[in-house]
Parts: sequence; C-alpha cells; structure tokens
Amino acid sequence: MNVVPQFDPLNFGEAALKLRTYRHEVLGSNITNADTPGYKARDIDFSKALQNELLQKNHADTMPMQITSNGHYQFNSSVSTQPSLLYRVPNQPSMDGNTVDPDIELSEFSRNALMTQAAISFLSGTIKSRLSAITGQPS
Amino acid sequence: MSLLNTFNIGASGMSAQSLRLNTIASNLANAESSSGPDGKTYRARHVVFSSTPTATSPGSGVAVTNVVESNAPLRREFRPGHPKADASGYVDMPNVNPVEEMVDMISASRSYQTNVQMMNVSRQLVLSTLDLGK
Repeated sequence: MNVVPQFDPLNFGEAALKLRTYRHEVLGSNITNADTPGYKARDIDFSKALQNELLQKNHADTMPMQITSNGHYQFNSSVSTQPSLLYRVPNQPSMDGNTVDPDIELSEFSRNALMTQAAISFLSGTIKSRLSAITGQPS
Repeated sequence: MSLLNTFNIGASGMSAQSLRLNTIASNLANAESSSGPDGKTYRARHVVFSSTPTATSPGSGVAVTNVVESNAPLRREFRPGHPKADASGYVDMPNVNPVEEMVDMISASRSYQTNVQMMNVSRQLVLSTLDLGK
C-alpha cells in the first residue's frame, strides 16, 4: 500500500522543511540542556511525522467540511497537530537523571542541519523550475 | 519560526555556561582565602541549572536558578603564626577542590563551544532559507 498519497512537490517541500526546523529546535534544546540535572533528551520520529503531515494536508485539500448551519464550527485546515515528542533511550544513564549524550545529539543535529539544507535546495529547485515554466525562459 | 527560537535557546545556554565559568574562576581565585568581607572562610560556589520549557515551543532553554555554597567540610591547616589560627594553631581554609574545579571548567567551556557551534549552524540555515527560490 502506498502510504504517502499523491502530493505536490511544493507541499512536500514545505512539510519537510517545517518538520526539519522543528526537529532542529528540539535537538538544539537537547544540546543546550546537556548539563541540566534531570533533563530528558527528546526527539521526533521524522518519517512518521512527515507522513502524518502529508496525510493531514491531503485531507484538508480534498475533503472540505460542509457548513450547513450557523451552529457548525468552521473547519480550520491550518490547525495541525504538532509531531509528538518522544524520549530518547540513554545507553549510558548518568547519576543526575540527565539522558543527553552530547555526541549523539551533536551528530543528529549536524545530520538534521544537512537534511534541512537539502530540503531547502529541493524546494528552491521546484520554485525555479515553475518560474521558468511561467516565464518561458530557462533559469 | 523554529530556526530563530534556536538562537534564544543557544543564547540561554551560553549565558548559563558563562555564569558557571564565572563561579569556577571565583572558586579558583579564592582557593586560599581564609577570610572574606564577612570575616568567614570562603566556601566553594556552584551553579544550579534548570531547563525553562515554554508552552509555545518544543525546545527549552537553560537558566541558572540558584548559586549554592558547598557544605563540604573546610580544610584545616596547621599554621600557628597565622592571625586567624585558633587555640591549637589550626586555620580554616576554603573547601575548594582545585582538581574538581579544573574538570568543571573544561566541561563548561566545552558546553559553551557546542552552543556557539549550534548557533552558527542555525545562522547558516536561516541565511539559506532567506535565499529560497533565488
């Protein structure tokens, strides 16, 4: 079964970039709190979050809610649930209850930054190719 | 925007770590101070970190909520000629452990550097986001 529905590259790029920057903040917070007693390292399941985001967007596009009475609430498609934050399982628990492993966090952070750059350049490419289709000029 | 929030988080980490470095410097400088402005022997100081979660953002910064004095026993030194010596010739010296302080200093400076690195990465990402579609 194809889980990811037909999507627009612009939507896909936007969702990916949004989740990448979200994860960037979460991982950055882990690094900053590397010395805070009792702090638990957090992370998100990126592929799951991206699927949720795309499915949600798809439903919002294709299934608008009919408003047939004044008592009905307006369906707001821009309301999206934030990806759920999970706890990282420490492989070397420390005495003060902190579960941040700076090496793991830093490598994940760099990887995520690289992926963010990739998402930006894919999105940029999409915009450029659309622009060249509109203007008829090679970009 | 998440990328800009990272700057706040990194800045909070940097200021907390620099306060920690400050107390370490104070402890090392006063490792031999047998009396302070209040006439008492200097005691080693340590910062207490706690994270500062907010409802609006998934990440949280760090803040120094308290600076506590160590309650480890003071070092007793035999110095009969010292003006603060007691009847048996002993002087109370600070409970600063220079080895512990040096290790703490290395840890603090490493953490500070990591925060700076993180902010540099965020800066790069913000700059490339600004160039999106150009």
